[in-house]
Amino acid sequence: MKRFFSKSFVMALMAVVLGLLAGAVLMLVIGSNPASGYMYLFRGGLMSIERVGNTLATATPLILTGLSVAFAFRTGLFNIGAAGQMLIGGLCATAVGLTFALPKPVLLTLMVAAAVLGGALWGLVPGLLKAKFNVHEVVATIMMNWISYWTVYYVVPAYFKGAYLETESRKISDAASLKTEWLTGMFGGSYINLGLFLAVVAVIVIAFIIDRTTFGYELKAVGLNRHAAEYAGIKADRSIVMSMMIAGALAGLGGATFYVGYASNIQIGVLPTQGFDGIAVALLGGNSPWGVFGAALFFGLLHSGKGFMNAMTRIPPEIADTIIATIIYFSATSILVERNWDRLKRKVGGVK
Amino acid sequence: MEYIVEMLNIRKEFPGVVANDDISLRLKHGEIHALLGENGAGKSTLMSILFGLYRPDRGKIKVRGKIVDIANPNVANRLGIGMVHQHFKLVHNFTVTENIMLGMEMKKGIVVDTKSAAVKVRELSERYGLNVDPYAKIEDISVGMQQRVEIMKMLYRDAEVLIFDEPTSVLTPQEVQELMHIMRNLIAEGKSIILITHKLKEIKAIADRCTVIRRGRLIGTVEVASASEAKLAEMMVGRQVSFGVQKKECMPGDVVLEIENLSVMSSRKVMGVKGISLEVRSGEILGLAGVEGNGQAELVEAVTGMRKAEFGRILLNGVDITNMTVRDRIKSKMAYIPEDRHKHGLILDYSVADNMIMKLYYSQPFSRNGILNGDAIRKHAEKVMDQFDVRSGKGPAAAARSLSGGNQQKAIVGREIDGDPELLIAVQPTRGLDVGAIEYIHRRIAEQRDSGKAVLLISLELDEILNLSDRIAIINGGELIDIVDARSVSENEVGLMMAGVKRGETA
Amino acid sequence: MWTIIAQVFPYAIAFTVPLLITALGGLYSERSGVVNIGLEGLMVVGFFTGALVISKLELTIPDTAIWLGLLAALAAGALFSLLHAFACVSLNANQVISGTAINMIAGALTVFLARNMTGSGNILIIHGLVRRSVPVLSKIPVAGKLFFTQTYATTWLVLAILIVSWFVLYRTSFGLRLRACGEHPQAADSAGINVYRMRYVAVMVSGAFAGLGGAIILVTYSGEFTGTVSGLGFLALAALIFGQWKPLGVLGATFFFGFASTIANVSQVIPALSGIPGILLKNFPYIVTLVVLVLSSKYSQAPRAAGEPYDKAKR
Repeated sequence: MKRFFSKSFVMALMAVVLGLLAGAVLMLVIGSNPASGYMYLFRGGLMSIERVGNTLATATPLILTGLSVAFAFRTGLFNIGAAGQMLIGGLCATAVGLTFALPKPVLLTLMVAAAVLGGALWGLVPGLLKAKFNVHEVVATIMMNWISYWTVYYVVPAYFKGAYLETESRKISDAASLKTEWLTGMFGGSYINLGLFLAVVAVIVIAFIIDRTTFGYELKAVGLNRHAAEYAGIKADRSIVMSMMIAGALAGLGGATFYVGYASNIQIGVLPTQGFDGIAVALLGGNSPWGVFGAALFFGLLHSGKGFMNAMTRIPPEIADTIIATIIYFSATSILVERNWDRLKRKVGGVK
Repeated sequence: MEYIVEMLNIRKEFPGVVANDDISLRLKHGEIHALLGENGAGKSTLMSILFGLYRPDRGKIKVRGKIVDIANPNVANRLGIGMVHQHFKLVHNFTVTENIMLGMEMKKGIVVDTKSAAVKVRELSERYGLNVDPYAKIEDISVGMQQRVEIMKMLYRDAEVLIFDEPTSVLTPQEVQELMHIMRNLIAEGKSIILITHKLKEIKAIADRCTVIRRGRLIGTVEVASASEAKLAEMMVGRQVSFGVQKKECMPGDVVLEIENLSVMSSRKVMGVKGISLEVRSGEILGLAGVEGNGQAELVEAVTGMRKAEFGRILLNGVDITNMTVRDRIKSKMAYIPEDRHKHGLILDYSVADNMIMKLYYSQPFSRNGILNGDAIRKHAEKVMDQFDVRSGKGPAAAARSLSGGNQQKAIVGREIDGDPELLIAVQPTRGLDVGAIEYIHRRIAEQRDSGKAVLLISLELDEILNLSDRIAIINGGELIDIVDARSVSENEVGLMMAGVKRGETA
Repeated sequence: MWTIIAQVFPYAIAFTVPLLITALGGLYSERSGVVNIGLEGLMVVGFFTGALVISKLELTIPDTAIWLGLLAALAAGALFSLLHAFACVSLNANQVISGTAINMIAGALTVFLARNMTGSGNILIIHGLVRRSVPVLSKIPVAGKLFFTQTYATTWLVLAILIVSWFVLYRTSFGLRLRACGEHPQAADSAGINVYRMRYVAVMVSGAFAGLGGAIILVTYSGEFTGTVSGLGFLALAALIFGQWKPLGVLGATFFFGFASTIANVSQVIPALSGIPGILLKNFPYIVTLVVLVLSSKYSQAPRAAGEPYDKAKR
């Protein structure tokens, strides 16, 4: 119990509260009532079993992109490319799903594998560039984001054009979707899909890898002090590359859960915001797998409820994004505030 | 007005530690006043207060009889107080002149007037015999000249009180003599000097009076002429200090480490090590003496596997390890105490236990099939901590960051020696430690040698080399100058060799 | 061939200019030691503010509205960047995370406010800047047609800022001190320079310039606030690295990106280029950036202290 209320949990809670406060202020600014705003927001995500299902389905890709960013972060790397890795993963899964006609279990396995591989490749490139040439992974992953954007932009209309619209792909068949009848039925017809189980399994596996394996030991060592790790004989380059590959694979898996789970086709001209929300999730979750799980559920709730809130009040749905962004800001700064309380008081005076 | 600077009853606290507790120091006009204390005693803090980098929590400072509040270095400069820092505060890609005038730039309108500043720099350089080139870039000049640039920063601001913070750690014995000569010049020109140091010999050589502090407290102020080195050491440490290390008679055995004509490129794209050959036998300590930046770092990096060798061979127990990975060298029984315990020796945010298995985690019993065995790891850490007197508040689970410097170093020494290595490489093993920890680590290193291991000791402290080594190799400019027997060489001779003068030649 | 270049040139310049001013802002920030990933978000803030102000004022004071909008964008960018400055300089937060937070807040907040205004989230302005030819210089045979005809006033503004910046950075004491803060803040501190204040100023300049950049997009080739600047802020960052943190280098780098992107955009219209698959043309700038980063990695002249929070107590 004491471990649950650890310092990082309290910090996260503080950031959430501050973010929600900021959201409340915004609601006031545009003349709405924060209390009813939040009430509709949370009801929108939890009011019925179908809505709960949607919340879970919305959270699923966030769990995976959050894991992706958190995992890379443990090795000292900033994976800003989760969005692009997710998109490529989604493209690979969709491509396989639209190309092959196979029984569902086999097809899904192939599709998921393709997504994981695609994401891994998209993480491998920045990883290699960082390890071999010390190219900053922030810029490299952002470039990869745009490369995947344009790749999807051209590949989808060229090979998988939708029946009605040029800007999206064909719909995948039921056999190719991660949605299953029994699950969907259990949750009253929501978007919930097998992706949720994949995400939970990923959390468990990643937690195990980080805490209990020699591989995790190496990754953390490289992330905390690359020099000392190398002096001890750990190959930092290899750790960096593997870490980015796994991070990419996780985000790619997230792409599968979204594009062939939640959704049934892939749109062009959009970089999935879940990729960037993954950064928020990782930060709020303190870069730990279960923290990520909790944070993803919370953000899933915000996203899934915002539509209802928008319908019942006039509050624009972007408020959910604003709240999330504010939470990251407070997350990044809150720990430092606590540690530097005295210094902060002196420094703010020292600027003049 | 006898005193030009008086620091009275100064108290300064940082979170968790009282750096200065009721310390008073008075500087007479025209004297060289030494401030003596161990690493961590509070000397730098006290002088940082005088220089305006910190404000005291309690106490008064008087300059020329008047009480002053030194809020920042600008105020200190205006009062005529300047500081030559231990770690130079020079911008590497600026010129000498730009560094000197930073913060006090000469201007023609809004444009910076570099030419006039350079003229003034040249004038000052000639007047004080400092021999500094105003247009050279910092990254291109020698360490000795860089230090003189630091001195010039103060003279440019018409400083009258000059604080020197551990100035000799980067100099050869000859350069130390030159510095002392410069200091006497400065006194002759009417300046007053505070010298922060922990080197007793230098205090005896040049200081008039000495204030000793220990663990943040003032022990006393003495006339240097009437205090012996032993007395000063006792004041500094609080007990009698032995100056030597007990060693058995040296009985070297087979060659363990052999370096053959080794050449290594440094990060600056020049040859850092030029064709060095040497050997270390079991049962002996070979000390490598030299001023910082003369190739020792590159040599060690090549031997430990962190840097590629351009030419030559390295053999460990007869096996060519020149191109072996770091891990394989560790497996071949090479142990290494690195120079910077925070940067290279420990992962501060890991627990002590996790740090202890940094070189062993992949082997049994600490892991099997890639899965770690927490119990075995913990037990091992407890054993090593016990054997090597590593004290930690929360035991092996505590973060390495929470240990004191001395305990951190002992943990590293323990980790390396526990592996029962055949070759122990120790670089600056006692840097920044208090006397107690220094004695302990010297004893353990000597023990290794007595039990038949080979030890390669690299240190910038000449005393440490002379005390511990059986043989001494001197490196200068990447070249091996000579290898001599420790018992039959004088400190002065070593100093000359460190400056590149071979035995028998004249400087 | 020549006509292609002449045709493409104005578009390339129009694309380059916002990139250039934003990268210049980034230069100030990084040279002082603060990495600013938030340039993208700060551009969006300027984009939005410009659209807001201009759309509100252009019916009453059409010509001045544009310049007021640009000014407002500048101010808004500077103010918004205070968030980043406060987090990085006063609280020693991780600069990459803070910058990412800025991007996300800016993106979400501006659309939130815009949607509240117009329902669709886009803000249209009626009048943008008009292209004019420079009086005497446009008559010069070759260069006149290329550089001095049909230009935007903002292009000259940005070039002026570039020249002033070069001067400030290398010839004034402010510039000397700024560079010292980015290379060796301890040296600057002990020389009596207030490192914290310098970094605040530098970050605010980067915010102001990025804001201006976003507004310039609005009044030159966009005409409508759409909620995003499509990665231009990140491209500016890459240009900064490519240009080795020097004003002239940044000019070259942004010009290169401007050209490359424009060629990709107009490839349909130009017969010689229409054969190349769109996917390659569109990805070209990004792939080239990666290649350039690899090639320049060995010679990187990044300010040594950039990215590390300056903590007085650690010495």
